[in-house]
Amino acid sequence: MHFMLLLSRQGKLRLQKWFTPVTEREKKKVIREMTLMVLARPPRSCNFLLWRDLKIVYKRYASLYFCCGLEDQDNELLTLEVLQRYVELLDKYFGNVCELDIIFNFEKAYFILDEFLVGGEILETSKTAVGIAMEEAETLQETMEEYMSKPTY
Amino acid sequence: MPAVSKGDGMRGLAVFISDIRNCKSKEAEIKRINKELANIRSKFKGDKALDGYSKKKYVCKLLFIFLLGHDIDFGHMEAVNLLSSNKYTEKQIGYLFISVLVNSNSDLISLINNAIKNDLSSRNPTFMNLALHCIANVGSREMAEAFAAEVPRILVAGDTMDSVKQSAALCLLRLNRTSPDLVLMGEWTARVVHLLNDQHLGVVTAATSLITTLAQKSPEDFKTSVSLAVARLSRIVSSGSTDLQDYTYYFVAAPWLSVKLLRLLQCYPPPEDGAIRGRLTECLETILNKAQEPPKSKKVQHSNAKNAVLFEAISLIIHHDSEPTLLVRACNQLGQFLQHRETNLRYLALESMCTLASSEFSHEAVKTHIETVINALKSERDVSVRQRAVDLLYAMCDRSNAKQIVAEMLSYLETADYSIREEIVLKVAILAEKYAVDYTWYVDTILNLIRFAGDYVSDEVWYRVIQIVINRDEVQGYAAKTVFEALQAPACHENLVKVGGYILGEFGNLIAGDSRSSPLIQFDLLHSKFHLCSVPTRALLLSAYIKFINLFPEVKGTIQEVLRSDSQLRNADVELQQRAVEYLRLSCIASTDILATVLEEMPPFPERESSILAKLKRKKGPGNLHPDLDENRKERSANGGTADHSSTTSNAKVAASPTPSTDLLGLGSTITTQNSAPPASKGTSLLVDVFSENIAAFPVETPVAVGPVADENFSRFVCKNNGVLYENQLLQIGLKSEFRQNLGRMYVFFGNKTSTQFMNFAASVVCQDTLQAQLNVHAKPADPTVDGGAQLQQILNIECMSDFVDAPVLNIQFRYGGTLQNIAVKLPITLNKFFQPTEMTSQDFFQRWKQLGAPQQEVQKIFKAKHSMDTEVTKAKIMGFGAALLDGVDPNPSNFVGAGVIHTKTTQVGCLLRLEPNTQAQMYRLTLRTSRDTVSQRLCDLLSEQF
Repeated sequence: MHFMLLLSRQGKLRLQKWFTPVTEREKKKVIREMTLMVLARPPRSCNFLLWRDLKIVYKRYASLYFCCGLEDQDNELLTLEVLQRYVELLDKYFGNVCELDIIFNFEKAYFILDEFLVGGEILETSKTAVGIAMEEAETLQETMEEYMSKPTY
Repeated sequence: MPAVSKGDGMRGLAVFISDIRNCKSKEAEIKRINKELANIRSKFKGDKALDGYSKKKYVCKLLFIFLLGHDIDFGHMEAVNLLSSNKYTEKQIGYLFISVLVNSNSDLISLINNAIKNDLSSRNPTFMNLALHCIANVGSREMAEAFAAEVPRILVAGDTMDSVKQSAALCLLRLNRTSPDLVLMGEWTARVVHLLNDQHLGVVTAATSLITTLAQKSPEDFKTSVSLAVARLSRIVSSGSTDLQDYTYYFVAAPWLSVKLLRLLQCYPPPEDGAIRGRLTECLETILNKAQEPPKSKKVQHSNAKNAVLFEAISLIIHHDSEPTLLVRACNQLGQFLQHRETNLRYLALESMCTLASSEFSHEAVKTHIETVINALKSERDVSVRQRAVDLLYAMCDRSNAKQIVAEMLSYLETADYSIREEIVLKVAILAEKYAVDYTWYVDTILNLIRFAGDYVSDEVWYRVIQIVINRDEVQGYAAKTVFEALQAPACHENLVKVGGYILGEFGNLIAGDSRSSPLIQFDLLHSKFHLCSVPTRALLLSAYIKFINLFPEVKGTIQEVLRSDSQLRNADVELQQRAVEYLRLSCIASTDILATVLEEMPPFPERESSILAKLKRKKGPGNLHPDLDENRKERSANGGTADHSSTTSNAKVAASPTPSTDLLGLGSTITTQNSAPPASKGTSLLVDVFSENIAAFPVETPVAVGPVADENFSRFVCKNNGVLYENQLLQIGLKSEFRQNLGRMYVFFGNKTSTQFMNFAASVVCQDTLQAQLNVHAKPADPTVDGGAQLQQILNIECMSDFVDAPVLNIQFRYGGTLQNIAVKLPITLNKFFQPTEMTSQDFFQRWKQLGAPQQEVQKIFKAKHSMDTEVTKAKIMGFGAALLDGVDPNPSNFVGAGVIHTKTTQVGCLLRLEPNTQAQMYRLTLRTSRDTVSQRLCDLLSEQF
């Protein structure tokens, strides 16, 4: 997998993950073209597209489009399930995840993705195992009280 | 699992994010961000040491700002500090920041590497994973240099936790992809292969990914993985649907691992060991069998996972290409999917069948699905599926079905999506050539291509048909007859005129015996198209005419007459003019023998690879052109050479310079071309001449109702004539303009910023209400398409009838993808553009100043400076505004005084202006005096906005 993008229906980028070296300029270009291409697709179209020499796999969940760029040898159908699994993980973590969760807790969305995909390959396919990794991390965090007692600015 | 926000909400961050979300405009957002950046910077610079929480929060805010698309040039150091925090969340944010932003700041790399080293040796699996993920995310060369030796050690160490092994495997995979030379094979390779036997399926999955990547580079080192992979696969495939517990996904046993194992096996040929080979065949058969079983769940996840494994198994079967029974079964399975109700499966089936079509065992089996595929081409709703159907038809085409497939593609072309027309044209052209038994069919096909989709027929295609006709005697007469008939159509595509001109010029004699296509009739037919064609085509036709003089002495007089006419000999285009002059001279001076030698029939083209094929390859990238892969197996048709553009005229022995390109600098070249007639100093008459031509040519367009009119950049053009007027994600509009007296010409450049063609492109200028009578703007019609990345130039001719206030609106309409885009931009044609500067002495100036003393003639404005009050800039602006800057007129040297005349068609209005800066108060006073109150007001409004 070369990249994964989360785009809102309005074309706002909510998350970007690049698994190959890409310049900032090129990233902007990819994001722009993905937005134009994927958002324009009519509902119930096929989830796969060809773009340059990449296979694009995308899927819409509520107001968000999840969009991946694959190389020729990657499996499209299974990538759809990578997206599904990621959404399930977000769901489990946030409890019925919505776009706002990802906006306000963007760093969490990145952390969960890091526990799930590394170098563009799936790290752990068992939902329980990823869940445990996240839970272990949670226990390392300080309590709410500790935070609330600190100044916000 | 706790709901979020319990553990670690950063309230300041949430407040900041919601502030940004509440910003109503981009400006407000930037303002808010700058405020935040200033705040963070002062916190970081402050004397008070920040605690870990605050540091984390600010670093996180910076990250948020960066991800919004703004540049961040500080905070790296603070992020690096967070890496060595003992608190997990702080460390985590530090790593995230570094992963996203590190490449820009490499002097910190040794500090970062140090922190990573510490975490790698911490023996805390959570910290080790963070560090490994960071290495994988950054994946830079420096990272590889520092850790390419360390990561394999962690991967194979006996006491490493499973989760760390998984991370280490994928981390190594990433390093190997970015810096393969730094990942050295060694003692660890053998042990990595044995991870395929690991009890933990997560470890096996990650290891399989790594081994696949490594095996592509050095297959020998990992050969032993084949038997292990087969064994593992066999165990998964034969397991019950819930045996693997966590690794069962919607009733499918370990789909990810299965797919990866099948992928790994595609790095190798079929196993040589009979037992292993048998076991693998068994696995593949089981997977194919399972496809026929009823689904264990109705959920799409179940069928996706199951079919993902199935498609990967089919890929392996195709890769091995050795078991006819499996290949045919695979083909039948795909055939079922071709009619499946899931669009995704139909798409993938078409894709897989493309590769299957190139196997000699299954080519015939694929061909049996031709009707289904043709039907898909006609009935699929989704363009990407239709495109796959075209690909498959192309791949399954051979001599037996070529006529049917080409006919279907041709008829589809009439309704095909614009985005894939060019590709279909190329494919039809290639198939028609490759499988042509008689070349009359080939000629008919190409002419049909031009008829149905002339705009998409690239030069390569029509060059190619000419090459083939020239190289094959038997088809020349037929080609001449067919193009002659095709040209009878009242409206024919310019590409047809090109082909027709060339072929009749070479072989018109072959049909001249028939009185219905006598030389004169042929010539009249060609010449009737001449005036509708572009310059390159006209140039080609002129060459055809001189060839006619050679072929048919009886029409020499008629053609010489045409060449001699003013529209040829004095044509504004140098290329056409040159050809007309030279051909005319040639026909007068040269004897019949010399003429016959110079204009001898074109020699056959050298046989080379088709340039169309090369073009299709460029378009699609490698891997999609299966018919070429098996070229050796199938019969090869003769390939001709490449006719480049210059060969069109080469036998006429006349050097032809390419027509001047119309790029952004085309302004210059256009002028030089036109100046070949009247000199530049008579610019006015030149412009008027051009007008008289264009008024007729300008189509009367009804104004389109559009959304808001963009005018952000409007005021920037008041004092200058060139620049970018408008830009959005798709389109950039640039302007170059020149004005002389009451006339002007504006070159509008429409740049397509995407890689997709704009269709039905139309730009028109609308002058509303009173402006209609005050200003004439004529837009020359422009091409209806703008290629991806290309630029289209449109010329506007402008005439100022009387003084005016409003600005005309440029309406642009085009189709991008499936949607119609409407853009309206205010065109910066302002009254001051028609200024002619007037120099005058101090005495004259004050005398006129007094004469224009009536109250309504003067307009004055006092306003605050918006920009820095730089004298040179101010001078430049006044001159850019169009007035002459008069030095030494005003007794106060810091004041600016200017004079000029506004030219309109009906009157001329003398204007005087005076600008008095007050640097202390940062204010200006601007005074305008002209003989017309409306002009004074308008000029004052325009100019006062500029300082």
